[in-house]
Amino acid sequence: MVEKAADKGHVVLNNVSKCFFEDEKKILCLDQLSIEIPPGQLTVLMGPSGCGKTSMINLIAGYETPDTGSITIDGEKITEPGHDRLVVFQETALFPWMTVFNNVAFGPKAKGLAEKDIKEKTESILETVGLQDFQDKYPTQLSGGMQRRAELARALVNEPSVMILDEPFRGLDAMTRELMQEFYLKLFDETKITTLFVTHELEEAIFMADTVIILTYKPGRVRKVVKVPLERPRHFSVSASKEYMDIFNDTIEILFEEAKKAFDHDDASSLDIIQSLKRNSDDS
Amino acid sequence: MTRIKNLAAAPTFYAALAGMILFFSSWYFLTETLTLPRFKNIPDPLSVVTEWSAIHPKYGVSLFTKPYYVDILYSIIRTYAAFAGAVVFGVSLGIVMGWSRILHNYTFPLVEIFRPMPPLSWIPLAVLVLPGIELPVVFVTFIAAFFATVLNTLLGVQSINRDYFLAAKCLGAKPRDILFHVVIPGSLPFIFTGLQIAMGIAWMSIVAGEIIAGQRGLGYYIYEAAALFQYEQVIMYMFTLGFLGYVSSVAIRYVGNLLMAWEEAKRKAR
Ligand SMILES: Nc1ncnc2c1ncn2[C@@H]1O[C@H](COP(=O)(O)OP(=O)(O)OP(=O)(O)O)[C@@H](O)[C@H]1O
Ligand SMILES: [Mg+2]
Repeated sequence: MVEKAADKGHVVLNNVSKCFFEDEKKILCLDQLSIEIPPGQLTVLMGPSGCGKTSMINLIAGYETPDTGSITIDGEKITEPGHDRLVVFQETALFPWMTVFNNVAFGPKAKGLAEKDIKEKTESILETVGLQDFQDKYPTQLSGGMQRRAELARALVNEPSVMILDEPFRGLDAMTRELMQEFYLKLFDETKITTLFVTHELEEAIFMADTVIILTYKPGRVRKVVKVPLERPRHFSVSASKEYMDIFNDTIEILFEEAKKAFDHDDASSLDIIQSLKRNSDDS
Repeated sequence: MTRIKNLAAAPTFYAALAGMILFFSSWYFLTETLTLPRFKNIPDPLSVVTEWSAIHPKYGVSLFTKPYYVDILYSIIRTYAAFAGAVVFGVSLGIVMGWSRILHNYTFPLVEIFRPMPPLSWIPLAVLVLPGIELPVVFVTFIAAFFATVLNTLLGVQSINRDYFLAAKCLGAKPRDILFHVVIPGSLPFIFTGLQIAMGIAWMSIVAGEIIAGQRGLGYYIYEAAALFQYEQVIMYMFTLGFLGYVSSVAIRYVGNLLMAWEEAKRKAR
């Protein structure tokens, strides 16, 4: 079992800016961003495609350094990648050349744990995610949902302070996606592991989050912070409640506006969000 | 066993068989029945096979004589020595070039200039610098295989999804872990493609090298036999080379499949 993460993983972004160069032109990607990810909570990050969600994650993960400002975790400045902050990527990043077991055992092995402990930890986490019977398979032999669970296991086995999930359930069919949401929420309820979760789906965001942060498009700033005081553990029926609907309706407008702005910037990739948002607001 | 059965049952097997029959009968037809002016000195397939399998061959060499195997052995040792060198040095250089931006920038233009130089153009310098006869022959074979290996290994490293490096880093991997658990396995499919090509090139260059600078070996003997108008022998040695090359590339594929069990799993999953 994953241990209670206690109150670890308090991430604070203070005035963080980041620029990129696109065709020699300097583009401000994140603009003086100040965000707090409270420990033991599930924070969801939303915003149109290209607004800088992945860039922000890269900064928190320590893959890149901010141009200005600072990022701290539990009071310590982030300077490089470390296994206190584990990222589950947008596309699956399981090593295709390793079995599920070896993928999950990669972190503990790199840390130099004893062979016995590695085996114990890995097997126990595989059981938690329900993959104990698939440990000798290669990732390509698993279904999409299983791959995502294997990837969660590979991160969780290191007992990180923060889990960073960048659209982890993208590309899964609707059914599997809901099961994965439920699965992660259950895990979260049991461990209270500090989580930063990126998604394009508002339903997914509200269903999972304690707080939803919406970013604006170029430059990326905080547009709105939405608290989601729905009771936990949550069930899918929550989406029929009035509180849920209120939050949904408050938020969809803003998201739509930002997506529209991104679209007018000729970022064609945001078209799909606009469409999915349209569909959502038609439904409700 | 089932593998062999599957292979035999596959339509490609019959196609291959039909192709061979067609080829050998046209050969026979052209050289024996039609006897076209330019073709009539070429021995027909039957006399090649007869010579090849004769206990007392007309021109002294066949499956049942010792010199045949001595020549094969010479060529195999030279080729595999060159190939082994190409694997060791080529894969190492390719990986370093793929991994270090700086080294890549220093070496890539040089590699691209040296790579297209035909192996045979190295012979004068090889003979000048290297002592004896064996080393120059092995060297020209090595040089050709080497560049094919370097380039493919480099492409292999560059083909690795950047996320794998990021994932490894955040899981606490040190450079050593990344080399052995990300870079090498990640580039293996390309490396093995490169090795197949390198092996093919090695067999081509060994023959040329032996003809020009060698003593013994299949290439050398082909040249000798041709000078004596023993064309049965020439053709029989050509086919021997073909078989050796074929077996070599099957062996490389076999080793590749052993090392890349996940690729097999991927193919099956499709
Ligand atoms: N390494 C980089 N070099 C140059 N530009 C970059 C780099 N990384 C990101 N960008 C730019 O920064 C902007 C934000 O990209 P980012 O990937 O963070 O967006 P995102 O919010 O994650 O989008 P999506 O929802 O599509 O994943 C984009 O316009 C992108 O082109
Ligand atoms: Mg992204």
